[in-house]
Amino acid sequence: MREVAIVAFGQSVHVRDSAETSEVEMLMPVLHDVLEQTGLAARDIDFTCSGSSDYLAGRAFSFTMALDGVGAWPPISESHVEMDGAWALYEAWVKLLTGEAETALVYAYGKSSPGDVREVLTRQLDPYYVAPLWPDSVALAALQAQALIDAGLTDERVLAGIAARSRTAAESNPHAQLRGVVPAGEHLVAPLRTGDCPPIGDGAAAVVLAAGDTARRLTDRPAWIRGLDHRIEAHALGVRDLTDSPSTRLAAERAGAFARPVDTAELHAPFTSQEVVLRRALKLDAPDSTVRINPSGGALATNPVMAAGLIRLGEAAARIHRGESDRALAHATSGPCLQQNLVAVLEGE
Amino acid sequence: MSKEPVAVVGIGQTRHVAARRDVSLAGLVREAARRALDDAQLTWADIDAVVIGKAPDFFEGVMMPELYLADALGAVGKPMLRVHTAGSVGGSTALVATNLVAARVHRTVLTLAFEKQSESNAMWGLSLPIPFQQPLLAGAGGFFAPHVRAYMRRTGAPDTIGSLVAYKDRRNALKNPYAHLHEKDLTLEKVQASPMLWDPIRYSETCPSSDGACAMILTDRTGAARAPHPAAWVHGGAMRSEPTLFAGKDFVSPQAGKDCAADVYRQAGITDPRREIDAVEMYVPFSWYEPMWLENLGFAEEGEGWKLTESGVTELDGALPVNPSGGVLSTNPIGASGMIRFAEATLQVRGTAGDHQVDGARTALGHAYGGGSQFFAMWLVGADTPGG
Repeated sequence: MREVAIVAFGQSVHVRDSAETSEVEMLMPVLHDVLEQTGLAARDIDFTCSGSSDYLAGRAFSFTMALDGVGAWPPISESHVEMDGAWALYEAWVKLLTGEAETALVYAYGKSSPGDVREVLTRQLDPYYVAPLWPDSVALAALQAQALIDAGLTDERVLAGIAARSRTAAESNPHAQLRGVVPAGEHLVAPLRTGDCPPIGDGAAAVVLAAGDTARRLTDRPAWIRGLDHRIEAHALGVRDLTDSPSTRLAAERAGAFARPVDTAELHAPFTSQEVVLRRALKLDAPDSTVRINPSGGALATNPVMAAGLIRLGEAAARIHRGESDRALAHATSGPCLQQNLVAVLEGE
Repeated sequence: MSKEPVAVVGIGQTRHVAARRDVSLAGLVREAARRALDDAQLTWADIDAVVIGKAPDFFEGVMMPELYLADALGAVGKPMLRVHTAGSVGGSTALVATNLVAARVHRTVLTLAFEKQSESNAMWGLSLPIPFQQPLLAGAGGFFAPHVRAYMRRTGAPDTIGSLVAYKDRRNALKNPYAHLHEKDLTLEKVQASPMLWDPIRYSETCPSSDGACAMILTDRTGAARAPHPAAWVHGGAMRSEPTLFAGKDFVSPQAGKDCAADVYRQAGITDPRREIDAVEMYVPFSWYEPMWLENLGFAEEGEGWKLTESGVTELDGALPVNPSGGVLSTNPIGASGMIRFAEATLQVRGTAGDHQVDGARTALGHAYGGGSQFFAMWLVGADTPGG
């Protein structure tokens, strides 16, 4: 298989409300950042792919305007997934594997501030039987958390510990929205407290991918994608074991994550309880494990919907770029209660 | 490095209609997928990955419907990718699926695109007001009509050309059992007498609103060897994008469309598309786009496209049949329309297009576009394996 690497990663400062900035304005500095890191101009990029959701913006075709931020003239080879940017990265990776492109620009953005994101996300549920009941994203995550507690797999104290560890780690992340000591707070939807839930934020992220020697030329230490896979599960919560994530486990297997231990894991777990599920699925809970989980603070510190998964891949790659990791796992999720999961394994040279 | 040759071994469509009240969204997509599997004589277990596409989520009011549709498409436990590139999405979706096979990431992939316009209202789905931005000017027709005018002014095309295209496509649709509009009594005079909607675009020169889905099974060399029917082969595929609005944009013949076609022809080794391509399934939602795209795609010199149409070259029995299926003018489940173009081109080279088969078709182009003539996706399929 052709060698492909993440050679640059950039992200915005994530904020609660970016009403004064358009999506293009939010995105452009990030795009310029990753291009400057590699010395490439937009016209040098062979393929561009983005991830976003019309429902956050509250209008159809919202991605068409964001494309203007790339400087899409002369015409570019370009595509878009209505998914988290992690899946846009997947599409770009496949394109590079065909040999039709040497470089790719991947970006994602999401503004949750124009609406009530908890209500907006109810629209991704079964439109005939479930969505009309408006069960929101926190309530669904709480169902999952309660299932974990009932199964004896975690408790509220452990969950609070995950929250504290994540936000302490985020203190050294200048892009994070929520940092340092955050009170566990009251129950938002029992058993989840405000501290178990992610911040609601607006933000953008971008990466540059390159193949083989092009990657080596563009950066000193490329983060090579050794494996990348994603899997989806049934939609209805009633037919899934919410305490487990077989799709994550299968994606990790296919990506080669279990072949050798990783030293870093960037997990896309917006709720503390979801980290418990993912750690089990990814076998990160060995007593002697030295793996660093979410050194960036993870989605509990920064959760711009649609970009948060791509940021996990970017953060893992950036640690490899900086020499802080030799083999890292990155994970992204989509859908209620971890329905769809993507796993990448990244390595330094 | 060499790519894996990609074959189309299964095609399924729903019978497209204004409203499929008898099925849910899941029921609709499963019907098309099931037919594609049957065509390929494969089962759900043979599919390694699913790639789906549709136009904006607002059209049905479901955010990221791939999540809900995972079960209906047999995707549980598999990779599922959702593409959205506006009106070109059906084409882009097929190309993303093609790349999965070409890159040898997966061997057999189900790709599907759909729209169930009756679940909602596409006009309103496109008309959510955004401050400080240009509204869509009363639907897509309002946006495209001035560019048709520009074409007429630039080329001197007589104002009868649009009605010829509509009359041709609607007659072709009568031969296609899956087409939405079957206007048995239509005459050229009736097209020309239909109400003016957005001058110069008349009612009978516009596409309908349809419910429908289209699916294809793509596979590698080994999969094609096992296929029960002759496979069609992908000889080239490309996507190109340009901004919606900018100074200097040529709305009549966008550069992105020209570049996209040139890339496909280069991949397929086509040097004279007019002579070397036997059938074209072109995205023509408003009749005047046939002559416009004939030029944009290199089938005619600039300013000459309307002459091809007028001379009958693009008729089903002409030298370059365009939209033998009846095209978007007869069937428009928006998100699926691009994939239907790709699939219909494929039916032609497989020789399985039924009553609207072009005799001896060996090479066909599928074309899709979207947004404000800014997103393009095309593929060229052939009866022969690429490289012989």
